[in-house]
Amino acid sequence: MTLSLLYAMAGAALCGIGLFGLLRLSHLLRRLLAFNIMGSGVFLIMVGLPQHQSGPDPVPQALVLTGIVVAIAATALAVVLIRRYYHQSGMTSLEGESGSREGGPL
Amino acid sequence: MIRALRTCFIALACIAFSAVLAANIWAIAGVPGQGALPQLLSENMSRSGVEHPVTAVLLNFRSYDTLLEIGVLVIAGIAGISMSKTTSLEDPELRTSDPLLYALQRWFIPLMLVLAGYLLWAGADRPGGAFQAGAVLAATGVLMRLGGIPMDFLRPGLLLRLGLMLGFSVFLLAAVVSVIGGDAFLAYPPDMAKPLILVVESVLTLSIAMVLLALFVSAPVNDAEDPEEGDPS
Repeated sequence: MTLSLLYAMAGAALCGIGLFGLLRLSHLLRRLLAFNIMGSGVFLIMVGLPQHQSGPDPVPQALVLTGIVVAIAATALAVVLIRRYYHQSGMTSLEGESGSREGGPL
Repeated sequence: MIRALRTCFIALACIAFSAVLAANIWAIAGVPGQGALPQLLSENMSRSGVEHPVTAVLLNFRSYDTLLEIGVLVIAGIAGISMSKTTSLEDPELRTSDPLLYALQRWFIPLMLVLAGYLLWAGADRPGGAFQAGAVLAATGVLMRLGGIPMDFLRPGLLLRLGLMLGFSVFLLAAVVSVIGGDAFLAYPPDMAKPLILVVESVLTLSIAMVLLALFVSAPVNDAEDPEEGDPS
């Protein structure tokens, strides 16, 4: 059990936490954060697992760097869309779900 | 009661998911590595034009990924701008006038600009590069915007379009020129690799900063003024 394998395991735990948030929460902003936590778990696995045997591996690191930038842009776009949705419908969660208005304004 | 049961069920499912993932990671970590990718990379580093392996992968060996990534960023930026309600993205009403912020940013903005330039240059031989520099540059822009410095280039128009598209188009141009020269798509000639990577990284920094800033700026919705389309009033 090396340190980098511990990172990969922490990534697996983060994936589970993020999945729980994604399924359980109804507020759209919280769902977005949960999805980001899940993404961070995937990045941790991708960086931690290849380091386990032969030191840092630049190829997954470069892929993760690309992924982080795309994730930031996608998150920003999702925030824009969520604000627009809230502005038009006055709800903070998707239609047809219980507790639509419990979250308050964004 | 049903709600609590449902939460319990979801929690159990997520714990099971994590456990399966961790078991797979453990199994993969036990297998001795058979990929020759790191060796292949270290053997070819001299042909890449830069000294840092991550930068070499990003901008030379796997530059196709980076090209697609900046394409995704540009699309996200355009979609974000088209969603925004403010006609001018540089809206004076959204500014804050905090004297502390104003005093602070006189010190911070030059420092952050220098830091962005350093990060861009450092990408050649140590951690750094276009994305980090672009993120710092975008943060500088956010600070400037919050502090109320006018930024004319954020108005929808020629400058905004140019800034958004510059990185992608220059990168694509560099890729297509190598095809016209009789080489593979995105294969830089070895003696030209360093200047080409430098040019591409610089325009990528500008475009990434521009996209992130445009997405930040287009997020607020001014609900006091213009009514929504489809509003009954």
